[in-house]
Amino acid sequence: MSTAPAVVVDGLTKRYGDRTVVDGVSFEIGRGETFALLGPNGAGKSTTVEMLEGFRTPTGGSARVLGVDPRQGGRDWRSRIGVVLQSTGQAGALTVREILTHFARVFPASRDVDETIAAVGLTEHAKRRVGKLSGGQQRRVDVALGIIGRPEVLFLDEPTTGFDPQARRRFWQLIRDVASDGTTILLTTHYLDEAEQLADRAGIIAGGRLLALDAIDRIGGAEARTPIVRWADASGRQEVHTHEPAAVVRGLPGEPDELEIVRPRLEDIYLAMIDAEPADEGGGSAARETEEVAA
Amino acid sequence: MTATAVTDARQNIRPGHTLQTGVDRIRVELLQYMRRSDALVFTFLFPVLLYVIFASAFSAVDPMLIVGDEQVTQPQYYLPAMLAAGVFLSGVQNLGIEIAVERNDGTLQRLAATPLPVLAYCIGKLGQLVITSIVQAALLLAVAVLAFGIELPTEPERWLTLAWVFFLALVCFAVLGVVIAQLPRSVSSAAAVVIPVALALQFISGIFLPFAILPEWLQTIANAFPLAWVGHGFRSALLPDIARFLEVGEAWSLPMVAIVLGAWAVAGSVVAAVTFRWIKRG
Ligand SMILES: Nc1ncnc2c1ncn2[C@@H]1O[C@H](COP(=O)(O)OP(=O)(O)OP(=O)(O)O)[C@@H](O)[C@H]1O
Ligand SMILES: [Mg+2]
Repeated sequence: MSTAPAVVVDGLTKRYGDRTVVDGVSFEIGRGETFALLGPNGAGKSTTVEMLEGFRTPTGGSARVLGVDPRQGGRDWRSRIGVVLQSTGQAGALTVREILTHFARVFPASRDVDETIAAVGLTEHAKRRVGKLSGGQQRRVDVALGIIGRPEVLFLDEPTTGFDPQARRRFWQLIRDVASDGTTILLTTHYLDEAEQLADRAGIIAGGRLLALDAIDRIGGAEARTPIVRWADASGRQEVHTHEPAAVVRGLPGEPDELEIVRPRLEDIYLAMIDAEPADEGGGSAARETEEVAA
Repeated sequence: MTATAVTDARQNIRPGHTLQTGVDRIRVELLQYMRRSDALVFTFLFPVLLYVIFASAFSAVDPMLIVGDEQVTQPQYYLPAMLAAGVFLSGVQNLGIEIAVERNDGTLQRLAATPLPVLAYCIGKLGQLVITSIVQAALLLAVAVLAFGIELPTEPERWLTLAWVFFLALVCFAVLGVVIAQLPRSVSSAAAVVIPVALALQFISGIFLPFAILPEWLQTIANAFPLAWVGHGFRSALLPDIARFLEVGEAWSLPMVAIVLGAWAVAGSVVAAVTFRWIKRG
């Protein structure tokens, strides 16, 4: 069973009324893999993740997490899952250490409480009430609660919202450590550098449909990664997409201003892909159906 | 891979998990209770404050009843009423609002994401209720004795009556609190739904007004609910026996107290067990 994928999603669909917010999404996440689900606001990321967490009931398709249908997952299954929701209520009256100590007792094989507090950088705030912490600090408590149970599968829905740059770096290291212990991670984020740093593979979702699914350094295809040479001359800014940037640079006269060679980053590829999609505000499939009827 | 197999075995839930986590829930619930100043004032101290007001205001008024050389004074009469109000408010009102708020602010969803059993959560709430209610009752009795010179009964069987009515009432109101918490749809409406209903029930159940002065049809309605019977049970335990002349039918009916409270507790438990969900699945 260790070779079976940790997460299997097949044709997963969620409809609210006549709006299809997740539309036949399929992907697998292998054991120990870190997978990023990327997409604009309202794309259906949280809806997908919450169906995998057993918090929403799919309208169609199927989902298996550690071989179990999330809606049927019992306590043993829960003890192997870690969840960081996009938005969480705060047990504001408890201190950081109190709430983590309690959660550590709820899971059968928890991490050390103080070690976990240190890992999210809250050691000096351990005795403060969660409700009195800053937004980013409260978010770090959410992350600590997600990993305290030493989960085999960890769901992180925009975990670093509100983190300062230093906290984000620290979080990346923490997630790398957690991943190197063999934890399977499903991450959603709007920070594409974060996805590049952490994920092995990514899926890009928009309007509920999966647009791309590949290794993080291959997503969008080789063509989308063609290097770009940019410079400025008398007639303005110039830009050339080429597989031989050095040759292009050598052919340039003199020492042009603002010369640079860039390889499109995940963010450029992502934006190009999302821009190519017709902007449908969620009610996409309903609109498409109408078009089909009209045609 | 053996590493995975070891991980799987290690992470199974051990027997006794429900009880252990339930006890830890009690600890966490008490910590939160003590730190919430609104709970402390409106639930914990409210019956004591109300008692001080009633007992002071009516202390100069003639006794409610004099038979021979025995009498039932107003401060005496309001003591069992405020005891009942305390248990009722802690259970139905405070617990009901608290769970509704926890449902709507995401606390329950966060717990639902863990292997915490629902039963352990309920043990935590019940434990919090039992402990805070006992302290509250002790405080109320102490104020009555020290500030208003009320004499408490000396017969053990009266204390026994007080104890079983008290615990049956706690269980009854706790499960009703759980049921009521399913009703309000948002945090802001939780208090608005629960408080008026609780207040109305207290008025018709002989908590603020002597039960016997209410019209018969109101008494009939109130007698269908547990609160009036809790007051009746507490009066039979704490007041001199002549106080039964102030009751409907001029007699104590403890078996009815047990029957009505027991029925509500059982029915409430069934409804709570069937309807309680960590979250409403969208
Ligand atoms: N309970 C619900 N009822 C109706 N529509 C819903 C419900 N939950 C989500 N939606 C809709 O589903 C769509 C997808 O929402 P979702 O929260 O999954 O987006 P997301 O990709 O997580 O976006 P974000 O990046 O803003 O978090 C949105 O258009 C949202 O309005
Ligand atoms: Mg989201």
